[in-house]
Amino acid sequence: MATSTLAPRTAAPPDRAKPAVGDPTNRRPRRRHITSKSIWTFLFVLPMLVIFTLFAWWPIVQSLGLSLQQTNFITSEWVGFENFSRVLADPLLPVATGNTVQFTLLSVLIGFPVPLLFAILIAELRRARGFASVLAYLPVIVPPVVAVLLWKALYNPSGDGVFNTILGSVGLGPFAWLNDGDLVIPAIVVQATWASFGTATIIYLAALMSVQSELYEAAEIDGAGIRRRIWHVTLPQLRGVILTMLLLQLIGVFQIFTEPYIMTGGGPENRSVTILMLIYRYAFVSGDYGRATALSVLLAVVLALFSVLFLLTTRRWSRS
Amino acid sequence: MTAQTRAIAPKLRRVDPSSTERSVISAHDLTDPKRRIAVTVIGIVLLIVLVAASVGPLFWLFKAATSTTTESLSEPLSLWPSGFHVENFVVAFEQIQFGKYLLNTLWVCIGCWFFSLIVATTAGYALAILRPRYAKIMEGAVLATLFIPGVVSLVSLYLTVVQVPIIGGSLINTFWAVWLPAAASAFNIILVQRFFASLPHEIFEAAEVDGAGPVRIFVSIVLPLSKPVIGVVSLISIIAAYKDFLWPLLVLPSAQLQPLSVALPRLESSTDLAVFLAALFASVVVPVSFFLIFQKQFLSAAGSSGALKG
Repeated sequence: MATSTLAPRTAAPPDRAKPAVGDPTNRRPRRRHITSKSIWTFLFVLPMLVIFTLFAWWPIVQSLGLSLQQTNFITSEWVGFENFSRVLADPLLPVATGNTVQFTLLSVLIGFPVPLLFAILIAELRRARGFASVLAYLPVIVPPVVAVLLWKALYNPSGDGVFNTILGSVGLGPFAWLNDGDLVIPAIVVQATWASFGTATIIYLAALMSVQSELYEAAEIDGAGIRRRIWHVTLPQLRGVILTMLLLQLIGVFQIFTEPYIMTGGGPENRSVTILMLIYRYAFVSGDYGRATALSVLLAVVLALFSVLFLLTTRRWSRS
Repeated sequence: MTAQTRAIAPKLRRVDPSSTERSVISAHDLTDPKRRIAVTVIGIVLLIVLVAASVGPLFWLFKAATSTTTESLSEPLSLWPSGFHVENFVVAFEQIQFGKYLLNTLWVCIGCWFFSLIVATTAGYALAILRPRYAKIMEGAVLATLFIPGVVSLVSLYLTVVQVPIIGGSLINTFWAVWLPAAASAFNIILVQRFFASLPHEIFEAAEVDGAGPVRIFVSIVLPLSKPVIGVVSLISIIAAYKDFLWPLLVLPSAQLQPLSVALPRLESSTDLAVFLAALFASVVVPVSFFLIFQKQFLSAAGSSGALKG
């Protein structure tokens, strides 16, 4: 096959991990195949091209336009930044932003250390590691809607609710849970943490299992106890994964919708309204698509800026 | 497919739970009896906490689904005081048409799985192995969608589905509205493309010399070599389809077509608690039994998606 030893048609992308055996870009089709091959190639690209154009790229581009338009299904007119000023004038926006920030902070406070702790402990289980992983991942398998509805039942505010009965046996409560403006966000965060800690636990566990045992041995020989080994070997080895998971969690919780939507509908008295619920209400309750997209774009810009800031501030730590 | 080619096919990173590699605690640490007891106690406590946290709520769901409404409301922690009420499930199937919603869920999952797999494998093949001149642009455009949060395009995606550009017409109240956008997953494409790029390139050259065209190579060489990644993409797309709530809520307003995730919250207020909890439990049984049968695949898919994220 003489032709395949010719120079590659395109330079290999530098960022792609190259397999040792050879790179696909080194191949050049025989000349008489070029036309039919490029047609076939295009046919293989086609499903992705159609699907992504219609359902990924076009909606993203259209969003930017929509946010500057007043639109219904028949006509649309350009209104400049009016949608944005109407979003910013909404008295509910500060409330929803405050709630969303509270959701995010609380879920990082509760939901971030829990899977890390579980993963580190599960990694030490010699025989029951597989069993513990299955247990930890079980809630993730429960469909979120079912999990939310189940917890809504557990949060029954009457004195005979499940959690109230359990807490009542040690003399606490009864709590109104989802009906209590101060408890509603923590209650939802606990539910959301229950539903998702398994994913992070398994990912941390996978990362833990790939930490080289020589590092622990070296630390042990140097006289490091168990706690210092966790602090100076385990955590530094995981920092890349930890930072990525933290960022993903922050971005994910900032878009929280299903849990408060099903559990409380935003109540009591808008104490659990989130930004995504506002977007939903603008678009699908009031039919105000322009305003909804404007808020979506604002949220996306904030998330993008935040991600950049996060990556910049943590870069030094993740490299060292 | 010979054993030899199968052997050179790359494997996705897997977590081996039974690995004997040492972790933080060494065998030497365990020679100290006090420490050994502490480690054992912590291990047992950990397992108890995990069972209580993960299985506890699901066990209560099972108990309440087979008890009467009054029992669940007045003495939620007593175990079956008036016996086992299987009839709740019967009522759930008859009264709230649980079977119909389960079937809808199944359709949603099958379609999302099918279209996700078609798009991901063909695109992965084109981008990783055929590599046309425009491959880099495509990769960039696909990758870009991964960094744009879904919120941005939610509303305009809805408007796109209401009136599909070029083709025209509306997909609202058809399963297509769920299936096709689900296939636009950059994550799946990148997963498949990375796997394909790591396949040994010599096989394709040899096949080409033997006169096999791109389609032949795809069907009889690439796909059979890609069972691991196809499994992962299948799992990811089916789980995502089963879990999704907001999108089917928007595009399937007709109760006749709604999957369980959309129908259950709607039925909550109008259904007797015991029957409703029976329906909740029944909709947990299917995915949980799949998980218990295919635990290894599920956990390695979760681990490998972590590897890509990290």
